[in-house]
Amino acid sequence: MSAFIHHFAFEFRIGTRDRNLLMLNYLFPLGLYAFMGFLMIELNPAFGETLIPSMILITMLASMILGLPNPIVAARDAGIYRSYKINGVPASSIISIPALTTIVHTTIVSGIIVITAPILFDSPLPSNWVGFALVFLISALAFASLGVLIGVISSSIRVTVLWSQLIFLPSMMIGGLMIPLSMLPDALARFSLLLPSTHSMNAFLEFGYGITTDVLATASLAIILSGAILAFALALYLFSWDSQNSTRRGPTTLALLALLPYLAGMIMLG
Amino acid sequence: MDDIVIQVENFTKKYGDFTAVDEISFVVSKGEVFGLLGPNGAGKTSTLESLEGLRSVDEGKLLVAGVDPAKDGRQLRNKIGVQLQSSGLPDSITVSEAMKLFSAYHSVPVDEDLIDRLGLREKVDTQYFQLSTGQKRRLSLALAITHRPPVLILDEPTAGLDVPSRKELHKMIGELKNKGTTVLLATHDMSEAENLADRIAILLDGKIAATGTPMEVTAKGEGQTKVSVRVEGTSLDGSVEFPRVSQAITKDEYRIYFSTDIGPTVSAIIAHVQAEGDRLIDLRVERPSLEDRFLEITHNGEVQ
Repeated sequence: MSAFIHHFAFEFRIGTRDRNLLMLNYLFPLGLYAFMGFLMIELNPAFGETLIPSMILITMLASMILGLPNPIVAARDAGIYRSYKINGVPASSIISIPALTTIVHTTIVSGIIVITAPILFDSPLPSNWVGFALVFLISALAFASLGVLIGVISSSIRVTVLWSQLIFLPSMMIGGLMIPLSMLPDALARFSLLLPSTHSMNAFLEFGYGITTDVLATASLAIILSGAILAFALALYLFSWDSQNSTRRGPTTLALLALLPYLAGMIMLG
Repeated sequence: MDDIVIQVENFTKKYGDFTAVDEISFVVSKGEVFGLLGPNGAGKTSTLESLEGLRSVDEGKLLVAGVDPAKDGRQLRNKIGVQLQSSGLPDSITVSEAMKLFSAYHSVPVDEDLIDRLGLREKVDTQYFQLSTGQKRRLSLALAITHRPPVLILDEPTAGLDVPSRKELHKMIGELKNKGTTVLLATHDMSEAENLADRIAILLDGKIAATGTPMEVTAKGEGQTKVSVRVEGTSLDGSVEFPRVSQAITKDEYRIYFSTDIGPTVSAIIAHVQAEGDRLIDLRVERPSLEDRFLEITHNGEVQ
């Protein structure tokens, strides 16, 4: 336990020491929050109603989907995991600790958003804090697990960027963060059900704010929870200690299985 | 046999069709420093990494402190300390954090004395990327021995170190050996192997080309011993011939003889100088070095 705590504390500090992580964990989401708050609400006042969950999900996307994978690839390439293996650091710690510390960073930024949004932008606070916290936790686990999985299967930082952007950009555009799902054309709305952000936003609105949405929120919550479990299990299974001559337990294409809950959701809910 | 700590038996490591290590065998006893030498690509790193449990074994048997590295990684962790050739640490970790982290994973308290002895006290709050090469190497050694493992594996431990740091590291390795630590040392530095290792094995193309004490390995070579003699008079001028001498040259004030057997050569030189009534000022004997023997082996492609 002591080792886990030391490791956690060290990883957490790295998140504030490393310029890239500092940018993706704090500066980018908070900068975007200020921009969205001051500009988007001016253009579309309805955006203010969902500013808090939208910005929390954007924070998760930035820190977990864009920020989390690269250090995993870099550490593997630099032989850090080899050194960890020799010294008895388990693979489960190597992949869970960065995910957990990133969740803590995201929680801090989310706290800042929740506290300041009502004051600065007159955004409503959640009506059900327990439901809101539950959706936050499950969403954070889903995004963090996906981020770790991308890092584990990517052969280089270039590849992580490709995978990350494949999730980040559609999530920003059609994931319900800036444009409500109901306003999207049917085909796009259906396609957006492949994205974790769509389900998280849906669950935030239903369980946090009591707003009934077009998609069954309980199903959305079940989808992101099973997505989180599946992605983490796959990351652990496909984890490799070394970038050279390493033997994975399976092909990296297995990672696509993490999409199964979302695919099932798209078929059943779309 | 009870004293054997590292056992490598008919060990083979392949990468696809390429055989990196080809049926090598050696043993290392408790408290022994064993040097693994060889040019790049000879199979040293594959051997070390297999002993560290980082690579699988294709054929043969490996045992480190009674543990099979491929099968029982968890037990192996507390039996070995490894100083890797590459950094193996995150850039932004501080010396203190690294010591705490690795000590915690080995379930031992941080060895504060070790930090002092390795001259890292002033750098405890310095991030890894800000350390000099020597400081990085010393930290790496500190992390490798913090849990006092019975087996220490060192991969090019002094590469990039300045002379004082190198000397200090050699001293520490000597102390660890005296305390009973078994050391497996891979190095390109022949003088390091000659000074530190009790026995060595020279790897060439995945096979053991020579093994024994550094002296034994050197002695098996065809290299000739250099006998340099300086006399007061002119007794060695001209074409005086001595037994077992293949070549003689004059350099500065010395007459230099290359001998295949120094006993008869040196006796004859001294006898001749005395017989001529001359006075011997200086006589130096330089045996072929391990480096000469290593070059000979790698050049000729000798394999045992």
